[in-house]
Amino acid sequence: MGHYSALAVVREAFRDHRGWQRAWKSPEPRRRYDVVIVGAGGHGLATAYYLGKNHGIRNVAVLEKGWLGGGNTGRNTTIIRSNYLQDASAAIYEKARTLYETLSQDLNYNVMFSPRGVMMLAQTEHEVRGYRRTAHANALQGVETEFIGPGRVKELCPIIEVRGPRYPVLGALWQPRGGTARHDAVAWGYARKCSEMGMDVIQQCEVTGIRTSGGDVSGVVTTRGDIDCGKLGIVVAGHSGHLADMAGFRLPIESVALQALVSEPIKPCMDVVVMANTVHGYMSQSDKGEMVIGGGADGFNNYTQRGSFSHIEETVRALVETFPMISRLKMLRQWGGIVDMTGDRSPILSGTPVGNLFVNCGWGTGGFKAIPGSGWGFAELMAKGESPLCAEFGLDRFREGRFIDESVAAGVAH
Amino acid sequence: MLILTCPYCGIRCDETELAAGGEAHLKRFGPGSSDEEFEGYLFMRANPKGVHFERWRHAYGCGKWFHAARNTATLEVYGTYPAQVHEPPQEVLDAISTRVPGWRWKDVS
Repeated sequence: MGHYSALAVVREAFRDHRGWQRAWKSPEPRRRYDVVIVGAGGHGLATAYYLGKNHGIRNVAVLEKGWLGGGNTGRNTTIIRSNYLQDASAAIYEKARTLYETLSQDLNYNVMFSPRGVMMLAQTEHEVRGYRRTAHANALQGVETEFIGPGRVKELCPIIEVRGPRYPVLGALWQPRGGTARHDAVAWGYARKCSEMGMDVIQQCEVTGIRTSGGDVSGVVTTRGDIDCGKLGIVVAGHSGHLADMAGFRLPIESVALQALVSEPIKPCMDVVVMANTVHGYMSQSDKGEMVIGGGADGFNNYTQRGSFSHIEETVRALVETFPMISRLKMLRQWGGIVDMTGDRSPILSGTPVGNLFVNCGWGTGGFKAIPGSGWGFAELMAKGESPLCAEFGLDRFREGRFIDESVAAGVAH
Repeated sequence: MLILTCPYCGIRCDETELAAGGEAHLKRFGPGSSDEEFEGYLFMRANPKGVHFERWRHAYGCGKWFHAARNTATLEVYGTYPAQVHEPPQEVLDAISTRVPGWRWKDVS
């Protein structure tokens, strides 16, 4: 596929850019693979990549019903952070964040990781106490965060109104190593490397059935023919319940719409990511100058990739109070993604009642930041049957009451 | 914008007037049930891409709980009905059947 480098750009400039090759192949599916991954979003492709890179399993197909990275991977607000309260969450998100730091070099594809810092505003006394506690927990977990006062908040992000009448900014949980990345590039970079390792990334191939024999998975039925497999990984976010249904088990998941929007591009005015959980909105500025805004998820099940307008109104209204200067901005685009919410708002990376069938789902509203860590852990789980990163995220935790309760820890979907 | 008609006060309310309450017609399991039954009651949810039955509360109105039959793939609403029932009334089932040929109530319960 050719190595991307400054030298390659210069070389191609001298020959009318005719030497660039396709970033990945589009092969016809074969009859059988050792491992089939359903879902070519970030998590699915990262799983395939680490199966090949860390475990030497390269007879792998990644099946995608639409186009590569066309689901939630291309629909999020690209925030990367790991300031979680619970140890298991902090471990997997911090693993992901550290992998993001060198992902561009690792994949030879510029994912534009920008560790600009993530700030979670404390706007009530409860939040101040909560975030102080999280900062202490993070210190024990080896995640670098600190609790900062309103003066420092204003210094880091001058466009914030810290003396807001209703929700004054009392401080913030600051993670200087958090940031953003180019979401599409993450999927594209992983796909290119998977293809380079000889894996088949097959787009427009919808799985319509799952075949089992003797309690173990034996293959999938797709719109492009039957494919046999040794192991099957379901990594399809909002449609996880739909696929679990095909394999004959249930998941503790409900799918809802989560929305985001961007404004018209303006000159650089904020170089950090700000999340305001009390009023429920978060904002950062993209490299193109658009203000990228995210808010809350709908409360009801929905598969339509469009959410309620009332949520946009709530989010923007809340953010205008904290960032008065955005009140005259026009919003350019709005979109929704279908997120898979679990009861404790933590993901599921687990084996299932069906042998050799694994699920990676339930990332809810916070999946993008976890992509490399999720792929790393899930690949290990699929290859070896166990993984320290995934150990706590099993399906049986609901029956046994071992929740990783980030919904209580964060107070909101996160 | 989702609009449901409250079966008690007859008001057509948009979703900002309502509170969503999750899946309807769950069978409740408590003391004496098995771990699997209790887990199923607490956490496992039907998450269909299609016809779905939900609990809603007319929070900023009469305050009562009611049920709604809705399609999660098209956002079509088939009907609403009072919550004091074990299964949807026949007219709601008929409304679904005419819109979704081949659909049967026992497919979801």
